[in-house]
Amino acid sequence: MKKLAASLIAIACIGGVASADTLEAVKKNGHVKCGVTTGLPGFSAADEKGVWRGIDVDICRGVAAAVLGDANKVKYTPLTAKERFTALQSGEIDMLSRNTTWTLTRDASLGLNFTGVNYYDGQGFMVNKNLGVKSALELDGAAICIQAGTTTELNLADYFKSHNMKYRAVTYDSSDQTIKGFEAGRCDVLTSDQSQLYALRIRLAKPEDAVVLPEIISKEPLGPVVRQGDDKWFNIVKWTLFAMINAEELGVSSSNIKEMKKSKNPAIQRLITGQGEKLGLSDDWSYNIISQVGNYGEIFDRNVGAGSPLKIERGLNQLWNKGGIMYAPPIR
Amino acid sequence: MNQASNNNNPEKPSFFNSPQFRSIAAQALLLAAMGVFFYFIIQNMLANMEARGITTGFAFLHEKAGFGILQTLIPYSEDSTYGRTFIVGLLNTLLVSGLGIVFASILGFIIGVARLSKNWLVSHIAGVYIETFRNIPLLLQIFFWYFAVIRPLPSPRQSLSIGDWIFLNVRGLYLPRPELESGFGWMLAALAIAIVAVLLLRRWAIRRHYETGKTFPLLLTSIVILVGLPLLAYLASGGTIAWDRPVLKGFNFQGGITVIPELLALLIALTIYTAAFIAETVRAGILSVSRGQTEAALALGLTQTQTLNMVIIPQALRVIIPPLTSQYLNLVKNSSLATAIGYPDLVSVFMGTTLNQTGQAVEIISMTMGVYLTISLLISAFMNWYNHKMALVER
Ligand SMILES: N[C@@H](CCC(=O)N[C@@H](CS)C(=O)NCC(=O)O)C(=O)O
Repeated sequence: MKKLAASLIAIACIGGVASADTLEAVKKNGHVKCGVTTGLPGFSAADEKGVWRGIDVDICRGVAAAVLGDANKVKYTPLTAKERFTALQSGEIDMLSRNTTWTLTRDASLGLNFTGVNYYDGQGFMVNKNLGVKSALELDGAAICIQAGTTTELNLADYFKSHNMKYRAVTYDSSDQTIKGFEAGRCDVLTSDQSQLYALRIRLAKPEDAVVLPEIISKEPLGPVVRQGDDKWFNIVKWTLFAMINAEELGVSSSNIKEMKKSKNPAIQRLITGQGEKLGLSDDWSYNIISQVGNYGEIFDRNVGAGSPLKIERGLNQLWNKGGIMYAPPIR
Repeated sequence: MNQASNNNNPEKPSFFNSPQFRSIAAQALLLAAMGVFFYFIIQNMLANMEARGITTGFAFLHEKAGFGILQTLIPYSEDSTYGRTFIVGLLNTLLVSGLGIVFASILGFIIGVARLSKNWLVSHIAGVYIETFRNIPLLLQIFFWYFAVIRPLPSPRQSLSIGDWIFLNVRGLYLPRPELESGFGWMLAALAIAIVAVLLLRRWAIRRHYETGKTFPLLLTSIVILVGLPLLAYLASGGTIAWDRPVLKGFNFQGGITVIPELLALLIALTIYTAAFIAETVRAGILSVSRGQTEAALALGLTQTQTLNMVIIPQALRVIIPPLTSQYLNLVKNSSLATAIGYPDLVSVFMGTTLNQTGQAVEIISMTMGVYLTISLLISAFMNWYNHKMALVER
């Protein structure tokens, strides 16, 4: 009996020490465990060689560069929309970077923290060209493919309700099933964040047969997420993104950072050297991010912008001083 | 140690040493220990979740869900609560499981009997069926029906159709729905009366058989009553049954009954897969009744049908029921594969979307597990009761 009681207490105690130091764990493991999508070109998708690429993937790479000095030390976990929060809460991943919309419910009741916004998005619709639909207001009675466990599901219901229209929600678990359902005609419309519509469209056999409607029905600020209660780690992920945005603003890129090191501009000096110990990192943390992954503009361009098959305009994601709303607090 | 010597005295073991006390005490202690254990774990978990800022408790069940569900057997809208999504999901699970059990039993019995047929072709077709479908993983079969069979169907505008009544396309199967207000209501009432009449008739026939030995053509009369009465009602009401027929309006068919392709694929796959197992169970049951019984029955002058009905089947059922129960349980649990093709069952709607929107994993997963446990226990209880009823009455 004594033995049993002793082991009971032991088990109860193991549960108690769960609140962990993610930074220490990452250093010990030698890699950052990052949750991404199961495959969404431009955001996070494995290329034909199995290398993960995308604007969300680059945040993970940035964190790995900052913490471990090597952007390649990331272990990716593909997650559907439904699985993502549980994976983060349970500690299966260190951070989630998976086109996840920042909402009050998610921020306040899931035990999670959003570390910023790496893409300002909004929900849109894609329809088959031969339906001849020009506006989302013509969609009354349509069957609509969506992905389970997304804000998309909720916005859709709101939009149709407020416009007094009916719809049939065909809900799938992964974006792969969603796009296939759309392609096969299971639904008339596919809805998701607009950027993702373009990403999904290039996966159709005949992308030119589908059109994206002009309406944007919601605000979808997408950003990386960490567990609540580990402020040190929260700061690191947050400032990794801020360093990328500040670098673009200051004109520091992966190609010129070597010369920029000699710059007399104090803001650039602060960005490239120093301040690391305040985050619990080495002083070359930001140098590593920018030299290995790039600044925000480079990341945007190569993954979703002009340099990518998606060719999405910067739009809202342009820097604040160039007509967009992308803005990061100063590094000082 | 000195207790061992006390035990040498067989006359009066002290109360505390008596086997009864010991066994009860041991069990009580174990139970208490388990209670404490689970209490500890749950408290610990709640405290940890609280510390991490994860909301706990069941208050979310009253919050507005705000998402659409493809198939709802009860009124549901985006304004309904998360609690309602639970019921909607549960009913969808029960629907596919219930239909699956009925169809799989029928098909399974037919195939099981066919397997024993003296006709070489029939028994071999049944054998191939069983071997094939039992050995292909169920998930693959679901994918096959959904992606390979239903997906290539034409779009709503090019639907396959039988007259203006039944339409089949990639969005599902559309059937006409009889409208209750018209003669159909009378027909339903007549059917209810017919069922009661048949049950009463059956009791009377059995009693008479026991008392006088005279048989009564029960099956034939029952069929006549079951078909005849509603038909009569139909004619009497002037033959007016209004049908709500599906028509193509805008994007989709409206009206009638819609069987969504997800339900269709899941139901077909579950039926065919489970029927293969049931068929084997049925075959084993029938084979378990020794050949001598049949010979004895025939020697007593019973006809072939009587032998089957009164000698073989009642005995075979005793062997069939226990494994059949576990097939039913499997079917219910397998229905949760629904989420793979987007059929809105409990796992997909509640443990999927609702969990994700609220983030309350522990509550939702316990509720879902509770449901499957309850369904399984209910099926077991029912089958136990039935088994008991069918069991050998020893005289
Ligand atoms: N931003 C929305 C939607 C995110 C989302 O999951 N979008 C789908 C687009 S259809 C996706 O990325 N799917 C990829 C996958 O499941 O791997 C949210 O956070 O709820």
